[in-house]
Amino acid sequence: MIDSKDTSPRPDAPASKDQGLEEVRLRQQAIGVKLRHMFDQVVNEPVPDEFLDILRRADERASTKEGQ
Amino acid sequence: MSISSAPPKPPSADDAGFKKELVTLIPHLRAFARTLTGDPTAADDLAQEAMMKAWDARASYQMGTNMKAWTFMILRNQFYSEKRRSWRQTQLDQEAAERTLVAVDDPEAPVALDELRQALKTLPEEQREALILVGAGGFAYEEAAEICQCAVGTVKSRVSRARKALQATLERGGYGRDGKAAGDAMRSILADADRLSGAGRD
Repeated sequence: MIDSKDTSPRPDAPASKDQGLEEVRLRQQAIGVKLRHMFDQVVNEPVPDEFLDILRRADERASTKEGQ
Repeated sequence: MSISSAPPKPPSADDAGFKKELVTLIPHLRAFARTLTGDPTAADDLAQEAMMKAWDARASYQMGTNMKAWTFMILRNQFYSEKRRSWRQTQLDQEAAERTLVAVDDPEAPVALDELRQALKTLPEEQREALILVGAGGFAYEEAAEICQCAVGTVKSRVSRARKALQATLERGGYGRDGKAAGDAMRSILADADRLSGAGRD
């Protein structure tokens, strides 16, 4: 598999103005990737049973009320 | 199915559909709550309250409209109304901050994530939520504006300021973690993002 660490940009390299803009774009892109990753990690966690229990109880209450 | 004497009005079918959709949104509500509260336990309490509020308000929800945005708005309102009441006194302590968005299942990436979490905390609240909604939650500017109940232009400028501030903070690396040199935070994020998007492409 790929190990792209060697090709990662060198932020400390001297840059022309164009390179500077490109560098900003790259960094913003990287921050975006990390941000989504961070959020998705929580999204991908298993949902605690508590959530479904609470909802099920509320649902039961609702149908009991309707049935009466 | 509950079989009873008089067949009630038909909301049970609607309720079932609503519930099904609500359940799929729970993971997203938890993630959003965690970015707002900065604490996993408080976040789950908040997400549960928001889920129940959404359930109780199901009659006012129009099926087919954006339920994710609707529930996020409920959660956000809940957060700010509770915060005004009580959460102000429980300022984020360092321990809670460290449990924030803990990357338990990705041992390869803890450093960059931790740096990002720390940097996110330095943002003003309204910038942080705008950036999370648009940059991580997958909402369009218009949807984020609806959730935050503000103008689209306001969301755009908040996101833009948040991005700039975040980058500046990461490049400064001013929180002296493990005595690392400034700039290491940004470098680890660059390397890590490279690895993540590389894995995605493959």
